[in-house]
Amino acid sequence: MIVEANTVGFDSISLDSGATLAPIEIAYETYGELNAAKTNAILVLHAFSGDAHAAGISHETGKPGWWDNMIGPGKAFDTNRYFVICTNVLGGCRGTTGPASINPATGCPYAMSFPVITIGDMVRAQKMLIDWLGIPRLLSVSGGSMGGMQALEWAVAFPESVVSAIPIASTTRHSAQQIAFNEVGRQAIIADPDWNEGNYYGRNPPARGLAVARMVGHITYMSDDSMREKFGRRLRGKENFSFGFDVDFEVESYLRYRGSQFVTRFDANSYLYITKAMDYFDLATGRGSMAAALELTRARFLVISFSSDWLYPSYQSQEMVRALRSRNRDVAYVELQSNYGHDSFLVDVAEQTGLVRGFLASTFEKAQ
Amino acid sequence: MSAQLTRRHAFVFELLGRSDYAIIGEIVDPGAKVLDLGCGEGELLQWLAENKGVDARGVEISGPKVQRAIARGVSVFQCDIDEGLADYPDGTFDYVILSQTLQETRQPRRVLREMLRVGRRAIVAFPNFGHWRVRSSMLMSGRAPRTKLFPYEWCDSPNIHFLTVHDFEDLAAQEHLVVERRYFLSGHRKVTLLPNLFAEVAVYLVSRAG
Repeated sequence: MIVEANTVGFDSISLDSGATLAPIEIAYETYGELNAAKTNAILVLHAFSGDAHAAGISHETGKPGWWDNMIGPGKAFDTNRYFVICTNVLGGCRGTTGPASINPATGCPYAMSFPVITIGDMVRAQKMLIDWLGIPRLLSVSGGSMGGMQALEWAVAFPESVVSAIPIASTTRHSAQQIAFNEVGRQAIIADPDWNEGNYYGRNPPARGLAVARMVGHITYMSDDSMREKFGRRLRGKENFSFGFDVDFEVESYLRYRGSQFVTRFDANSYLYITKAMDYFDLATGRGSMAAALELTRARFLVISFSSDWLYPSYQSQEMVRALRSRNRDVAYVELQSNYGHDSFLVDVAEQTGLVRGFLASTFEKAQ
Repeated sequence: MSAQLTRRHAFVFELLGRSDYAIIGEIVDPGAKVLDLGCGEGELLQWLAENKGVDARGVEISGPKVQRAIARGVSVFQCDIDEGLADYPDGTFDYVILSQTLQETRQPRRVLREMLRVGRRAIVAFPNFGHWRVRSSMLMSGRAPRTKLFPYEWCDSPNIHFLTVHDFEDLAAQEHLVVERRYFLSGHRKVTLLPNLFAEVAVYLVSRAG
């Protein structure tokens, strides 16, 4: 399945911060066909470093999408049955307007003059796209990690437009630990002299800082078990220690490689803006309480967490489920056993597939 | 498939291979809000949703069973029954079902109270420890009884609170519950005589007085 990226422009968007961003562009991809009644549309929401390319093989890069194992003919999000949409988030660097985009008022990249954005802003931008596509209600909104936060925000902010929500390995609000890891990443970027107050476009980007930020991120996405299994204490291409600070261990090599790869595809300022949006995320903000926020929802929920995920631990999903139950919402929940840590929702999809497929099928049937 | 059961008949048909399910299928009103505690893979809830149009929810502690229940489209959440009801507001459900699980709970009295807090009625089905086979097994062997209904070695058994028909009647009286209906089964046969001795399984429909 070769897929092409699309972009659509809108005049402006009002942001939670009070600022207005104008104009904006939103990058998106779609898979499958929208049915005549427009009842089979599913919005898939990407995690922190994802993009609009969720499935299929990119016409442009030749690479598979970030959730290609979940989206496609016969897969969990079965494109023979459903019309699946994915967008790049506002503030991103993969086609949707973000800090690296040109500010039309100055003719230069926004850099740090880009307004601070929230998960709510990302979702309102997505709503503009869904309206523009002429889809009145989404059969489901689904994503892992930050994608799960967007799914929850959709269910609360646009209850009439969401039939079901599937937040996976996610939370209703960022914890101190989650904020702390994001802050380490941000400070690594800011401490890099090449960051230059965010004005590095057209020069050397803060590659070292961004790579370190990504290395920290990768540690939090894995588990102690999965790292032991994948790397152990194995040395990289040598029999003995180098007694120096070049790469000795496999795990060092891996992290450096992932860090250096990330720099080629991600904008450091987007890292700052998007992590901040996650840190600000709290469904209760502006809605009185978590219970009051979830009172607004009308969707069915399928909540999934993973046993070895210590970045978005199961207790956060369970809090979400308990709060939904206290409002008597239709919610299914299971903790899946997996060793892959937070990455499980991307890599360990066999059981997740059965859950999502059954949940979507019964939701679709009930909604007809 | 239908739960063909009337009080006139001495025999009970099976629903999903179980006669207590057939009785539960008969009791539950169409369109009701139903919570099934210890719902396993959600077979009963799926049947009630498809055949009685109920709004079905389930609680189950086993992850693999929850997965299969969700995969068949039933809204089940993974949780311990002893703790799982606390979040629900009062009177959320028309029926709360506890099928063959009361004897596995750590605090049966609390579970029953919680069932009748979140639900208007409770349907409780349990294996009768007073059945004559259980009594004779213990009497003859001098060991923890093992029968068709209680097949486990004492150390492997999930059953931690054994009860008889009399015991449940006592508990219901202590808790000032109204027993709206009671059914006693031996295989597919309804038991009318000496149920504490001859019933293998009892099914009670209870509610709060007033």
